Amino acid sequence: MTRRIVLGPFNRVEGDLEVSLDIADGVVQSARVNSPLYRGFEQILQGKVPEDALVFVPRICGICSVAQSAAAANALAAAMGLTPPSNGRLAADLTLAAENLADHLTHFYLFFMPDFARIAYRDRPWFAATEARFKAQVGSAADQVLSARSDFMKVLGLLAGKWPHTLSLQPGGSSRPLQASEKIRLYRQLREFRGFCENTLFGDKLEVIAELDSEVALQRWLASHRDSSDFARFLAIAEDLQLHTLGRATDVFMSYGAYANEGEPWLARGVWDAKGLSPLDPGQISEDLSHAWYSEAEAPQSPAQGSTLPEIDKADAYSWCKAPRLAGRVVETGALARQLIAGHPLARDLVDSHGGNVRSRVVGRLLEVARVLIAMEGWAQALRPGEPYCVFGELPDEADSLGLIEAARGSLGHWLSIRRGRIHNYQIIAPTTWNFSPRDAAGNPGALEQALVGTVVNEGDNTMPSVQHIVRSFDPCMVCTVH
Amino acid sequence: MNLLWLQSGGCGGCTLSWLGSEMGPLFATLRDENIDILWHPSLSEASADEAQELLRKCAAGLQSLDILCIEGSLLRGPNGTGRFHLLAGTGIPTVDWVKQLAHRARHVVAVGTCAAFGGITAAGINPTDACGLQYEGEHKGGLLGTDFRDAIGLPVINIAGCPTHPDWVTETLIALARGQLKNEDVDALGRPRFYADHLVHQGCARNEYYEFKASAEHPTEQGCLMEHLGCKGTQAHADCNLRPWNGNGSCLSGGYACIRCTEPGFEEPGHPFASTPKVAGIPIGLPADMPKAWFVALAALSKSATPERVRENARADHVVRAPTVKGKGKS
Repeated sequence: MTRRIVLGPFNRVEGDLEVSLDIADGVVQSARVNSPLYRGFEQILQGKVPEDALVFVPRICGICSVAQSAAAANALAAAMGLTPPSNGRLAADLTLAAENLADHLTHFYLFFMPDFARIAYRDRPWFAATEARFKAQVGSAADQVLSARSDFMKVLGLLAGKWPHTLSLQPGGSSRPLQASEKIRLYRQLREFRGFCENTLFGDKLEVIAELDSEVALQRWLASHRDSSDFARFLAIAEDLQLHTLGRATDVFMSYGAYANEGEPWLARGVWDAKGLSPLDPGQISEDLSHAWYSEAEAPQSPAQGSTLPEIDKADAYSWCKAPRLAGRVVETGALARQLIAGHPLARDLVDSHGGNVRSRVVGRLLEVARVLIAMEGWAQALRPGEPYCVFGELPDEADSLGLIEAARGSLGHWLSIRRGRIHNYQIIAPTTWNFSPRDAAGNPGALEQALVGTVVNEGDNTMPSVQHIVRSFDPCMVCTVH
Repeated sequence: MNLLWLQSGGCGGCTLSWLGSEMGPLFATLRDENIDILWHPSLSEASADEAQELLRKCAAGLQSLDILCIEGSLLRGPNGTGRFHLLAGTGIPTVDWVKQLAHRARHVVAVGTCAAFGGITAAGINPTDACGLQYEGEHKGGLLGTDFRDAIGLPVINIAGCPTHPDWVTETLIALARGQLKNEDVDALGRPRFYADHLVHQGCARNEYYEFKASAEHPTEQGCLMEHLGCKGTQAHADCNLRPWNGNGSCLSGGYACIRCTEPGFEEPGHPFASTPKVAGIPIGLPADMPKAWFVALAALSKSATPERVRENARADHVVRAPTVKGKGKS
């Protein structure tokens, strides 16, 4: 007997989310993910002056605001043929990295961990301590992390004027030229955040976390650090609940490559599957609209030619989310994919052993906190006050360009088409558009839809904690997903 | 006092901004003021059925509701159905939930320019027929209508801003919870006067450049952004340079123009955001309450009096000429 249940509002994600599950004998047989909010940014942008995208696109999302700015700035820079100077590149990377790390922190403490304080776990040996630490709003971690986060956000006050919704990221660099004393202040703010991460989040030096190189090394580290930090607490819970067996999706991973560096990105671009690493060709990206509430062309289109025209009564559609595919394949994107494709040995080992799952996604994110914060300290030191932070140019009347960046949640792309000096078409594919896509015309479910299949649930408990963990392990951002 | 928070046609950025409160950790502040979050989409444990149950009780009047906070525009489309946002799990348009809950709540707060006036989601062709709770742009009406008043006769409190400053939200909620927010405490657009009676210009670190009309021509330059780069800080109601953002920031200190994000209609300025529209070289948008003739006369006078130091620094991205040290001659 199959029974359908609808979970919504599925909260502690950014935006609104509805998940439908078909359950038989206590096991999820199939899942449908609905992104229920449509605003129409791609329609709003048509006809605007291209530079005005810098005002509109950050406002797609209050949690990935800088990421949206960065993608637009890159698309405009490509159209203008601009290359930011060293300071501009560093300032832009620092700004994006600060948002990404703040998002990882918000996700871990405020969105993800509170589910382990649910009453459903009252019989687990770790329950009392977890409830005291992570219970939503009242756990001891909540106020502690808000203080650390507010202090860390001063980095963005300094680099970007404010967060969210800055205009400091420009096609040619940054509008905010940090001077010598401000460079010192920036470095101090990063070191202060390192203090929180080392004392509270990890209970160890960032360098030690960044150098964990295998599942065995991670287990050995946990054995000597039990209860020493929030990371250790998570790993212990993950061990008890076997979270590495939960939420496996396609095991095809994608990253556009992150942080500009000189020439090649610091975290490499590519695609990872069972055969290993291969290059990414953005020309192979298309969007399938078969199960989304939009009018569709005869075949899936490249976003460069894509359209966004609502069709609310379309048969078979069940989401406002389009279904992006890479050469027809469903891919997963996010911090784990980024670290995996960048060649981090821990990410590689975790995926080799158990693929993408609830534990490896969370470990990927926290590993990234350690690695990126170390890198940020170096970038801050590399700023050269007195040298330019930005270059300027003219936009051509006609251009087709794209901006591909990595947001906290994964690969974010903007496809820009300019005609007669105005935006002719602007198409966006956000990380959660990939991860939470509906089925395509061939009936292939999206990554989360696949990850939920086979999940064992307690049918007497409609909170279904295992489903909660799987959904949130992707750190979904629904306002980016459908824009 | 309890508080219920719902999000619709916006980005969630006002919530994320609020979490950055520097008054002290936000949850502790609210607890200390006896403000209890019944439910917030980003912050509450209750999900799905648990959350629906609570919403139904509030809508039916079975659970008392003191403060209803709405973030994001209200989406009336397509064709008046509200189906651009059916609240997940409920199959009911969020606009219908909001209408029901607003009449049960003791106070109704629009958090951000979207919920107040329609905001960015109402830009361009306004694909979703987005509006604010009690305004559509600068016109009264919106989702709840001109005549809507809360239990004590207040209109919807419009904490406009894109995003809102964390303190604007916290201080408004505390004032409401203490019964200290009265009709005379909001301005003609329903915005709390404690921040809306100021102008972004007040406290701007570029004031010396403004005084002498020494203007930046490109982002990164230190000069005033009003003449060329679209800055509307002299017209925008907010205390952004008196009450800094994320430590010590503001749009102006970040190197970019004020785009008037606390005002209705900011999303469609009628010109590119980053350039100043002018007639005969004079910016069309004049400082608040300033007669045009005086502005033109003073601008001409101050331009002719601009010190070399100010003129040079205005076009540089760092101080190239320091102020003279008294008694030590020219720098």
